[in-house]
Amino acid sequence: MSAPRATRNPHLLGIEGLDRSFIEALFELAREHKRAVASGTPRTPLAGRAVANLFFEDSTRTRTSFEIAAKTMGAEVLNWTVAGSSVSKGESLLDTAKNVDAIGPGAIIIRHSSSGAALLVSRYVRCSVINAGDGAHEHPSQALLDAFTLQDRFGTLEGKRVLIAGDILHSRVARSNIYCLRLLGAEVLVSGPPTLIPRDIEMLGCKVAPSFRSAVEMADAVMMLRLQAERQPDQAFPSAREYAAHWGLTGALAQQMKDGAVVLHPGPVNRGVELSPEVADGVRSTILDQVANGVAIRMAILETFAW
Amino acid sequence: MVKPLIIRGGRVIDPHNRVNGPRDVVFKDGRVAEVSEKAPAIEGAAIVDARGCWVLPGLIDLHVHLREPGDEGKETILTGCRAAVAGGFTAVVAMPNTRPINDSPLVTRYVQGRAREAGLCDVFVAGAISKGLKGEEMAEIGELASAGCKCITDDGFPVMNAGLLRRAFLYARAFSLPVMLHEEDLTLSARGVMTEGHRATRLGLMPIPRSAEVSMVARDLAIAEETGARVHFAHLSCEGSVRLVREAKRRGVNATAEATPHHFTLTDAAVEGYDTNAKMNPPLRQMEDVKAIREALADGTIDAIATDHAPHGPLDKEVEFDKAANGVIGLETALPLALELVQQGVLSKERAVELLTIGPARAFGLPGGHLGAGAPANVTVVDPDAKWIIDPMAFFSKSRNTPFHGRSVIGKVSHTIVGGRVVFEGGQIVENG
Repeated sequence: MSAPRATRNPHLLGIEGLDRSFIEALFELAREHKRAVASGTPRTPLAGRAVANLFFEDSTRTRTSFEIAAKTMGAEVLNWTVAGSSVSKGESLLDTAKNVDAIGPGAIIIRHSSSGAALLVSRYVRCSVINAGDGAHEHPSQALLDAFTLQDRFGTLEGKRVLIAGDILHSRVARSNIYCLRLLGAEVLVSGPPTLIPRDIEMLGCKVAPSFRSAVEMADAVMMLRLQAERQPDQAFPSAREYAAHWGLTGALAQQMKDGAVVLHPGPVNRGVELSPEVADGVRSTILDQVANGVAIRMAILETFAW
Repeated sequence: MVKPLIIRGGRVIDPHNRVNGPRDVVFKDGRVAEVSEKAPAIEGAAIVDARGCWVLPGLIDLHVHLREPGDEGKETILTGCRAAVAGGFTAVVAMPNTRPINDSPLVTRYVQGRAREAGLCDVFVAGAISKGLKGEEMAEIGELASAGCKCITDDGFPVMNAGLLRRAFLYARAFSLPVMLHEEDLTLSARGVMTEGHRATRLGLMPIPRSAEVSMVARDLAIAEETGARVHFAHLSCEGSVRLVREAKRRGVNATAEATPHHFTLTDAAVEGYDTNAKMNPPLRQMEDVKAIREALADGTIDAIATDHAPHGPLDKEVEFDKAANGVIGLETALPLALELVQQGVLSKERAVELLTIGPARAFGLPGGHLGAGAPANVTVVDPDAKWIIDPMAFFSKSRNTPFHGRSVIGKVSHTIVGGRVVFEGGQIVENG
């Protein structure tokens, strides 16, 4: 199995615009890496190459996952972190990106708080750009690992109903997942406080569930988004307590889910807010599968794009 | 003394004087002396051959940011005036959000002096409503009026404090100054960077709801009606806003309004790809709003086309979308974009000319806007058939931030005449001797 070549451009900026066969080829590649790693003989197609992690926002999980993926395939990893670098000295995003590009990595893996930041950088560098989350826009590797995890569990996403719940307005995970799950044949519902459901979200291909509770009961998979306190300066709901009561997935509510239905969370979990501990650690939880699959998916992404 | 000037052979379109036909225009002593079907020759007069062209009263732009003093890297009064006359404008109104802010006669006089040195077009000056544009206490509105300010505005910012605005409305009446309003409830626009809708949702950009503008228009119409103030709404962008203004004008509220070429031409589709040249405040809206603005231009609800010319350099625009500065330049593209509405059948020729001449002149009580005898000798000669492609690199403005790069347009300025002197001709500025 060779890496599916990116046909339209050498960057992975989002799920929007990808096609199903490309995603399925990536999944096949991820499964192959997973098997090879499990058997103790990982392939190292990136030997002698370098990739750069350029993270303007804290994200231990995504950064580490990309780092392990790259190192397992033999690549050197440059970690260009915000603290202590020129970024905190007022250097612009583009200046930083051009400098990292000049060092010569095969890909820049970028995380930034501004929507469109990865696209902006891609216009000014020679290497590939892999979007590891840009503002509230997209987080493609997260959506791919989520869909991969669900496909692993269900065999197919065709006809499955997936509920994404929480702060949709600020969520890049939600947007990428809506595109990805729809491409793979699933029906997507979203739910959350109306203050956090952006206008015309239906035009991305999902439906807004009239009731969180009944949507949970109908879903084959429930993806609980992390409630990001740092993104709530506008008081979209009165209190975390009230949020948990109305949009949290409690043990009692989880018991109403369909047989075999699963719970996903992109992490890190606010235990007792969007997810109660017994659900996070319960039999329906795929959280640790997601983390493990994340490395395999990112190996497939890097093999495809970091050249 | 400027020698006499005769513009021969053109089609004069002067809606205020109900002229639309072949006429010669004669200027003497910086004034219109005669508009007639065949003007007699005058010894020593300069001649402008306007055959095949429209001869319009000099265009007036109520809303420009010339950036001087304070941001001369983006524009100066000289470069802004060059851009104005290249775009056919013979008069502009300079906004007060300079550094220092024009909330004092000192700054007003500085801008007036620099404009005189530039010697290209009339620069009328807008003073601040509130000290420092902070919306906390009134600026010295009477002193600004005495220094020659033609209106007061906190443009760039709304006046959130309704009590302060009501006092300013009342107080400005003593000086017959119109009050120009940037309508935006900051608690509604909050951290928004583009209009609310499916595009903002897809791009993951925080939305600005229409109610941020519409609710403030409603509030200020109520205060204007009660106080009898002369109010002018800057850059209206929403269907709801023009509906309110239309209804208020019908009731006799003393209000005028302007719309920008970008708001009557573009929708939020221009933001795709996170194009920061499509980032402005108020933001580009959606098709139903564009249609409503066009209807309001046609039916008289909106009185003037104004550019909100807002120069910015790459430091402010080649950045993340949410961090980019608001604003686009417009002086050198407004006329052909207004003519697009004529070509599309949205506006008659006469109405388009009104919106660029007598409409704005009346809104702020400025001289000109027509070619009656004794009017200022300000004229814009337009080749209505010239096709060209908008190229920011060819702009006279110091800045390049336009969303119209590469657009094919029809209609080009051939001559701009200010005070009886040709200041722009053959694509070149004729600097003050």
